[in-house]
Amino acid sequence: MTKAPEAPVSRTAQAVRLSGVSKAFGTGSTALLALDDVSLDVRPGEFVCLLGASGCGKSTLLNLVADLDKVSAGTIDTGGSRVALMFQEPALFPWLTVTGNLELALGQRGVPRRERKPRATELLASVHLAGFEKKRPHQLSGGMRQRVALARALALTESTDDRSTVLLMDEPFGALDAMTRDLLHDELERIWRERNLTVLFVTHNVREAVRLGDRVVLLSSRPGRVIEEFPVEMDRPRRIDSPDVATLAARITDRLKEEVSRHGS
Amino acid sequence: MALDHDAPTAIRAQAENASPKINRQLAGLDALELTVGTKKKPLVRIWSALWPILTAVTIALVAWELVVVSGWREPWVLPGPREVLPKFWETVTTATFWEAMGLTMKRAIIGFALAVLIGGVVGALVSQSWILRRAFGSLITGLQTMPSIAWFPLAILLFKLSESAILFVVVLGAAPSIANGLIAGVDYTPPILLRAGKVMGLKGIARYRHLVIPASLPSFVAGLKQGWAFAWRSLMAGELLVIIGKQSVGTLLHFTREVSDTSGMISIMIVILIIGIAVDQLFGLVDRSIRSRWGLDGASN
Repeated sequence: MTKAPEAPVSRTAQAVRLSGVSKAFGTGSTALLALDDVSLDVRPGEFVCLLGASGCGKSTLLNLVADLDKVSAGTIDTGGSRVALMFQEPALFPWLTVTGNLELALGQRGVPRRERKPRATELLASVHLAGFEKKRPHQLSGGMRQRVALARALALTESTDDRSTVLLMDEPFGALDAMTRDLLHDELERIWRERNLTVLFVTHNVREAVRLGDRVVLLSSRPGRVIEEFPVEMDRPRRIDSPDVATLAARITDRLKEEVSRHGS
Repeated sequence: MALDHDAPTAIRAQAENASPKINRQLAGLDALELTVGTKKKPLVRIWSALWPILTAVTIALVAWELVVVSGWREPWVLPGPREVLPKFWETVTTATFWEAMGLTMKRAIIGFALAVLIGGVVGALVSQSWILRRAFGSLITGLQTMPSIAWFPLAILLFKLSESAILFVVVLGAAPSIANGLIAGVDYTPPILLRAGKVMGLKGIARYRHLVIPASLPSFVAGLKQGWAFAWRSLMAGELLVIIGKQSVGTLLHFTREVSDTSGMISIMIVILIIGIAVDQLFGLVDRSIRSRWGLDGASN
């Protein structure tokens, strides 16, 4: 992530701009090219879903945007905004209570000490976990933990200065059962609207991408390249099992199959 | 659940109004997914911890008595529990014994505290980089396997027959285990938590305070427990070898043998065993409470 220090964020600027990003793991003949010349712009407030089969480097891409890894070539510009990353696993700190986890995240974003507890309680209520403040992560079910992880990611979008935050989500609902996942889609959509967040959402689930995204970006596999973008022009909230979602999802799936079958021969 | 703040309640109500259906559905799923806790009553818990110990002690006493009854050794060389247990009671009710205990426990605490300090500092330094871990890791493990008694000739040369000689060996016995525990803890901090910490922006001291230290705590406690076992062994070896003026548990053992008071000697041995077990149990308690708080015991998931 190139940090443009204190760059004024104008309304027309992109929230995230990737230009010619490549990422290779290893060196020499054994090097694996995970991402090849990926360029992508995400507008502020936009919900973009990155879609691809395994090996398309979608998680790698998020790690690069989150500055957990360095690009091999190209630039990533987040316009001075921060990032919050939600993993596929909850990755909560087991030694802290649920609120403890949220308060730590809030503290890292400069929220004053005495405001942290009420803010944490509020965040927890927003993921429908009011009353679970004092529990430890292991006392919750998988779906509940993932909701706490969502609340923590939201805590990291809090800002005490003018810097905005991009929420990166790496298959956050992949390990959940379908019913919980559908409910969390509704929740995420509501929170995204209320807080006017910018979201970059990685998934391998085509319907989930169509359900949530303003735009679905399809990546090829090995190396990952942007092969096609699908704007999703449907009214929200969408239902994951609606015919419109199914139609577009089928189109995208066909394109994805075409791409995957290249690797079969 | 009653909340003491008005604001969060209002916000909560707002969130509930925003999507009452979702809230109800999620609450339903949560209720189905949460396992019902099986908390035992305190008395039942104490009993379930106690009876295996009592059984083991009974078996040991019976076996001991059987050996004595078999006539393998003369009864004045190896007295049975029926003779030793009254002697044990007699011993532990004398003032001399408690003075000796006082000195020994003072040494144990000072030695162990020094070992925690030194082991902690060394562990913290070595865990900083993989080069240091490579360089010193095997050395520390090597020190750990060195029998403490092998240090005494050097300790006596360096410090003469003194308190320092005993402390030196106690610290050398315990510190490597403590350092190793800390190093292992830092090493095995789950990478996903390190990544989560990085995303949150945890750096420098805050990273240690909020992430690395708590994450390595279970392993550190295991190191402390092992360190204590080594410290206690080294101390007993030291008190038997370095005999200076005042009475300690070690000298009591030594002098009971000198006067062929086998019952007294075995009584002191039982005391040494009991202290070792008691402190070990204490660390076990801390270890278990950490594990159950973190959900590492596998019972809740």
